[in-house]
Amino acid sequence: MKILVCISHVPDTTSKINFTDGDTKFDTNGVQFVINPNDEFGLTRAMWFKEKQGASVDVANVGGPETEPTLRKALAIGADNAIRVNTEATDGFYVARQLAKVIQDGGYDLVIAGRESIDYNGGMVPGMISALTGANFVNTCIGLEVEGDMATVTREIDGGKETSTAKLPLIVGGQKGLVEESDLRIPNMRGIMMARKKPLTVVEPIEANQETKAVQFQKPTPKGEVTLVDPENIDQLVTLLHNEAKVI
Amino acid sequence: MSVLVYTESEGQKFKKAAFEVASYAKGVATMLGTTVTAVSINGGDSSELGTYGVDKVLEIKNDKLSTFNAKAYADAIKQAAVQEGAKVVVVSSTADSKFLAPLLAVHLNAGYASNVVELPESVSPFKVKRTAFTNKAFNVTEMPTDVKVIGLSNNAFGLKENEGAAASDAFDPSLSDGDFGVQVTAVDKATDKVSIADAEIVVSGGRGLKGPENWGMIEELADVLGAATACSKPVSDMGWRPHSEHVGQTGKPVASNLYIAVGVSGAIQHLAGINASKVKVVINNDPEAPFFKAADYGIVGDAFEVVPKLIEKLKEFKSNNA
Repeated sequence: MKILVCISHVPDTTSKINFTDGDTKFDTNGVQFVINPNDEFGLTRAMWFKEKQGASVDVANVGGPETEPTLRKALAIGADNAIRVNTEATDGFYVARQLAKVIQDGGYDLVIAGRESIDYNGGMVPGMISALTGANFVNTCIGLEVEGDMATVTREIDGGKETSTAKLPLIVGGQKGLVEESDLRIPNMRGIMMARKKPLTVVEPIEANQETKAVQFQKPTPKGEVTLVDPENIDQLVTLLHNEAKVI
Repeated sequence: MSVLVYTESEGQKFKKAAFEVASYAKGVATMLGTTVTAVSINGGDSSELGTYGVDKVLEIKNDKLSTFNAKAYADAIKQAAVQEGAKVVVVSSTADSKFLAPLLAVHLNAGYASNVVELPESVSPFKVKRTAFTNKAFNVTEMPTDVKVIGLSNNAFGLKENEGAAASDAFDPSLSDGDFGVQVTAVDKATDKVSIADAEIVVSGGRGLKGPENWGMIEELADVLGAATACSKPVSDMGWRPHSEHVGQTGKPVASNLYIAVGVSGAIQHLAGINASKVKVVINNDPEAPFFKAADYGIVGDAFEVVPKLIEKLKEFKSNNA
């Protein structure tokens, strides 16, 4: 089985979010970049298929040279090959078109991409690459098994979960649940050394339109101080929620 | 060239999210000077949609679509959009709508903006405001494509009543076998509970509750408020509560009108996932818990004392305001 894990290069969760150039660009100054958490769950699940079922695992990213350390980290965790499509990831549709090309060229059986990135939260890429390649698709995936050319997939639905079967090739929008947080791997020294020698192929982008454009960023208006209510006077909270906040 | 809206239903009843996206679609249609057409798949009483400004309902009745199938649903909605010559298609942020929207966008060669929180800032050029950086910022997105797909964030717009005729038209999309490559074999869903996506109020418990055996009071509090229950990441990691209740950056996003956090410290990942909620209340015995900085109302106190009292007071309030 040939697996591709799509890796988004995103600011670490704890990063301060600031903008520059008149609030038109994300300010990367002092920001630590990581593998998108939703992709990391998929990458770890892919390692399981590699170890237990002999799958090969490639990782791909759409981005400039500055995203390579993130791909190297994925290689250090255990991926075999990395592919970087050398262009700025401007819009989900554009990124999906680039990745669809990588998938068609590579002939992958299973593609795992996070259900959304934690920077733009578009939630577009996994579904779009399925529509572009014609492969089956399951989103918000929290369980994945493969036997031969059939996958059994569990997805999170509102208020529960749903299990389906689908033939490969399959695209999965992954998230926590594919593996547990405690199963996530930190690259060890041997992995890091090996990752330096693993192939990282840079491919040029295909011609594609940018269908949406983030033109301006805004930060939420700062919130006022919390109103503290005395635990001996809980009536006051009920009154505030009713009269002031008008939510009950 | 009406605005098309996918009004989702469950058990032949429209979801609340359906009325919200219908209200929003009416707002967009007014800006564009056009009408609203809804697509309903094995849905409820179409006339209900008229209340929220829908002029026409394309009703699909098809047994093959009795369980949700993203590809087939996207295909059906696409055909409706083409028939109507729709330039804007609006969907909600339920798990199912987020599943089908990117497929729909590709089929329509449309730009897609998810997590949209307001009516378009302008329609020429077409610009919408959406959340980004997991609720730590907004971004204004320009959509130059001929057709646009908009995913509206839950509870961002609310229900707005508007007169619409909601004339019903049968619609029979042609579906191919390729639409049914994913076959649902089992659904495990609590039908007696409010889901986080639908809820106007969410009550959430954290590690401060000490163990799964103490969740009775969280459920009771949720019950009194007609709320959904949720939990923090450590709680779902330890298996105290199911994954489906985990809210936060890697869990479910919450955009409720009221969010009550009990014994949740307020890690940055948790806050990122719930920040879109309008009013936040925290109950925690640690006055230094970061949640107090994010909350609108707070009680510093022992959850095991505060929550039962709060339940009592809310019951009194409900009976006085019934």
